[in-house]
Amino acid sequence: MERTQFVKPKSLKNTHHNYCPGCGHGIIHRIIAEIIDELNIREKTIAVAPVGCAVFAYDYWDFDVTEAPHGRPPAVATGIKRVLPDRIVFTYQGDGDLAAIGTAEIIHAANRSENITVIFVNNTVYGMTQGQMAPTTLIGQKTLTTPYGRDANRDGYPLKVCELLSVLDGTKFSARGMVTNPKEIIKTKSLIKKAFFKQIENKGFSIVEVLSMCPSGLHMNPIETKEWVEKELTKFFPLGVFKDV
Amino acid sequence: MKVLTKKYKIIIDTQHCKGCELCVINCPQKILILSDKINKLGYRYVEITNEENCTACGRCYLMCPDYLIEIYIDK
Ligand SMILES: Cc1ncc(C[n+]2csc(CCOP(=O)(O)OP(=O)(O)O)c2C)c(N)n1
Ligand code: SF4
Ligand code: SF4
Repeated sequence: MERTQFVKPKSLKNTHHNYCPGCGHGIIHRIIAEIIDELNIREKTIAVAPVGCAVFAYDYWDFDVTEAPHGRPPAVATGIKRVLPDRIVFTYQGDGDLAAIGTAEIIHAANRSENITVIFVNNTVYGMTQGQMAPTTLIGQKTLTTPYGRDANRDGYPLKVCELLSVLDGTKFSARGMVTNPKEIIKTKSLIKKAFFKQIENKGFSIVEVLSMCPSGLHMNPIETKEWVEKELTKFFPLGVFKDV
Repeated sequence: MKVLTKKYKIIIDTQHCKGCELCVINCPQKILILSDKINKLGYRYVEITNEENCTACGRCYLMCPDYLIEIYIDK
């Protein structure tokens, strides 16, 4: 009989992270580490961490990780990939980082079709700074800065980053998954793996958005948060592959 | 569930568990429970009951945001 086992991937350091109970960041870190182990690319991977709760990603992943100013990981990754084209370069960014302060960087990196992979963690709030409204906050959603709910007339509409980027010629792969249950975690892992393959095959820009849980920012317990993501968030942010060329 | 001939070992690092219960709600065998005791981080932590009913499906490993669950299958 075959010997299977479920053990922590080697690309994760032997430390414990400081995310809140039930935070999706830990799950996403692990699936990325598993993929890097499986593809055997640990020695040539360089990640770019964001400003946000994942700012300490270099303390958790056991491969090369650098840190960029708020919103600028795609610009930093562009530089790294152009200087070291044989490396696998990916950015890991939250919604405040990628879709607010970093909107210019992400759109132009995609439009230039930089051969990098972007992992975009959408938890609908600015987690690190206590749960303010993010560009991806749903209409009616209560946050620290929208205590009566997001109002489209005042605050605009949630930003669908993957759909938006998929109309650009430079974007070669754009997909959305979530990490709220084991089945979706497996699916999301295969999407991220596909995005890495695009880069390995020199196809150009790839992005995977991951709907994630921020129980602290949403003021719900981890189980309520996961259910809210599955029921409410997926209504506005449908899962699937938007572009694969 | 008597067909099982394999041996599984499930190890939970309870001292670093934050008690989010994502593994508890996903275990099809319903053998994970939240303990009444408190760990060194100050959280109630997850414990395994009736380990012999574990099928090593790996769902708890997949869900744990803190990667505290490891499952080994011998033979
Ligand atoms: C230039 C700059 N502006 C603002 C901040 C404050 N700040 C720190 S984290 C953050 C938001 C991060 O939110 P998000 O990207 O959604 O990540 P999360 O914490 O939810 O994972 C902000 C605005 C900063 N550090 N630097
Ligand atoms: S604030 Fe939100 S995103 Fe940040 S660690 Fe806590 S749960 Fe995770
Ligand atoms: S491996 Fe499956 S059956 Fe065993 S404890 Fe984990 S979730 Fe339950």
